[in-house]
Amino acid sequence: MKKVFSRPKSLKKTPFHYCPGCGHSLLHRIIGEVIDEMNLQEKIIGIPPAGCAVLAYFYFDIDMGEASHGRAAALATGMKRAQPDKVVFTYQGDGDIAAIGTAETIHAAARGENFTTIFVNNGVYGMTGGQMAPTTILGQITTTSPGGRNERRDGFPINLSEMLAVAKGSAYIERTAVNSPANILKTKKAIAKAFRVQLEGYGFSLVEVLSPCPTNWKMDTLESCKWIDEVMTTHFPLGVLKDITGDKKDAH
Amino acid sequence: MVSAPLHVRKLPLRCIVPKVLMRGNHVLAEAAIRAGCRFYFGYPITPQNEIPEYMSERLSKVDGGVFIQAESEVASIHMVIGASMAGGRVMTSSSGPGISLKQEGISFLSALELPAVIVNMSRGGPGLGNIAPSQSDYFQATRGGGHGDYRNIVLAPSSCQELANLTYEAFNLADQYRTPVIILGDGMLGQMMEPVELPPEVQIKKLPHKDWTLTGAKGRPSRFLRSLILDPFEEEEHNWKLMRKYERITKEEIRWETYFADDAKLMVVAFGIAARIAKGAIKRMRDEGQKVGLIRPISLWPFPYKAIKEITKKVRHFFVFEMNMGQMLEDVKLALEGNGEVHFYGRPGGIILTPLEISRVISSYYYQKRLG
Amino acid sequence: MIEIDLELCKDCKLCISVCPHRLIESCDRMNQKGYYPAIFVEKHLKKEGRKCTGCGLCAITCPEIAIEVYRA
Repeated sequence: MKKVFSRPKSLKKTPFHYCPGCGHSLLHRIIGEVIDEMNLQEKIIGIPPAGCAVLAYFYFDIDMGEASHGRAAALATGMKRAQPDKVVFTYQGDGDIAAIGTAETIHAAARGENFTTIFVNNGVYGMTGGQMAPTTILGQITTTSPGGRNERRDGFPINLSEMLAVAKGSAYIERTAVNSPANILKTKKAIAKAFRVQLEGYGFSLVEVLSPCPTNWKMDTLESCKWIDEVMTTHFPLGVLKDITGDKKDAH
Repeated sequence: MVSAPLHVRKLPLRCIVPKVLMRGNHVLAEAAIRAGCRFYFGYPITPQNEIPEYMSERLSKVDGGVFIQAESEVASIHMVIGASMAGGRVMTSSSGPGISLKQEGISFLSALELPAVIVNMSRGGPGLGNIAPSQSDYFQATRGGGHGDYRNIVLAPSSCQELANLTYEAFNLADQYRTPVIILGDGMLGQMMEPVELPPEVQIKKLPHKDWTLTGAKGRPSRFLRSLILDPFEEEEHNWKLMRKYERITKEEIRWETYFADDAKLMVVAFGIAARIAKGAIKRMRDEGQKVGLIRPISLWPFPYKAIKEITKKVRHFFVFEMNMGQMLEDVKLALEGNGEVHFYGRPGGIILTPLEISRVISSYYYQKRLG
Repeated sequence: MIEIDLELCKDCKLCISVCPHRLIESCDRMNQKGYYPAIFVEKHLKKEGRKCTGCGLCAITCPEIAIEVYRA
């Protein structure tokens, strides 16, 4: 009997503190697998967000540097420009990247900063208890939109990845999800490709991952996975939004 | 059009260093480069625009130089954090409103114990204020400005030569103590032109190695830099660690200067450009026989409390002159511990008194107190 | 064959929902964290002949990396 699946080397053995069924846990493992397979553990630096994944440095066995809320793109800019031979990635939630961090994100993409952003989109502010986020859908109930997000009062959600695809400096943008094994594998491919895009110097790369937050959505894990399929993807369609590499083969 | 004189960039190391006539903002930028600064992230704001303009040209001509005009002062301070985490000598500059925007970043730099140099060429405030020089950011610089218990080294130059020397030193202090250093200048210092002797170029490869940087976990265990410490006992210990560092800095890095202090009956206390003006006034008054002296704090934090207190052994009257509504005044009062009388004269909003004008104010107080 | 670390499991039931041979069920005893973990029940189903093929879908979908997969 051969072991064909085990914990990635680049993750520490610490059990995750995330809620049952949380997308962060899955994403951490996926990123760990990619780091292992592409042999990046010694040259990669991650920038965790403010949010549930703020403690990412307790899980990833790589160099990591904390950013204040929303500023990861600016930190990554400084860090990557200071050592262009390293792989730098930010790991940000929807509030971090599309509310307080919108300017930094858009400008990093416009400047074509050569780092990778992993955008974890769960449509709420998870860490602080489930408030409305820039990606909360119209009608979605959150603690600051108790009657459902209202067009008049709250305006529309933001499709940040589509906006970033317009920026001339962005090289590769894809939206995936982690609500099924098939999507998990697609997410892994996308992240590997994003790191490859960075290694080859094409410019700004971003993978937006639709991620379940069963606790704040007030659903169980299986319902939250279904909700992503049935509701979220109609507002945030999966697929490649931009790819200047023209590459069809796998990043590995 | 901005450019530094050509010969400034090619100064040979072993000859008699000539003086060059340069604008304050340019001096500061050139001194930073010579101190090994290779990363500058800034944003335009008057009266310091010459700094990013100079850096944008100069950094493109040195090995590994990185210049970014960021999308905001907020973005630029966080780029500073990123580059500092990677181990570089890094600087940003702004003026009052932009420094306000940077406060969260400065608190983070302090908590993360990251070296960086932050330049404030102060202007009239509060709010958008105006573009004339002032000293109204003293509180902001020395009292933290951002949230939490921390202190930043604050250096206050009062001439273009000091802009060169203190900026150069700031990078060494920042690296030595792993702490941000603030250069508190003002619009006048930034714009004025004086002959300066520029410091020699540092050899970057010979700078001490930093064993805490984020450079990829090759040949060593992975490490992380963070300021979130959820356990209160651990966070308390972290605060004590920072305080112990600040105590060391207070012991070693206080800087001040006195002028005509020996037989003074009235001591003027001023910093930066105000001290420069006061010196001119005091020279006038000495010519007329008035026994006035000056003590000029050069490090605003750590503040020379002891040096001022020492003076109270011989002098009872103090005249604090600032281009604000009374900020360093509070530190002077703390220093005096109730010994002596303090009079304050301040002009905010960017009013620049001439030495003659301030000498009249000081003289009238001098005679009013029957000191001569 | 798979091995589930019962102490890491948080009873999210994702593995249960993806196993094509329905070889994972919820345990009726709590683990240390207070969850009812998932358990691999292949050996209880010998007479039904349902066997693990090592497809790994359970491990791929497990957020806690609680499952290790072995293949012949």
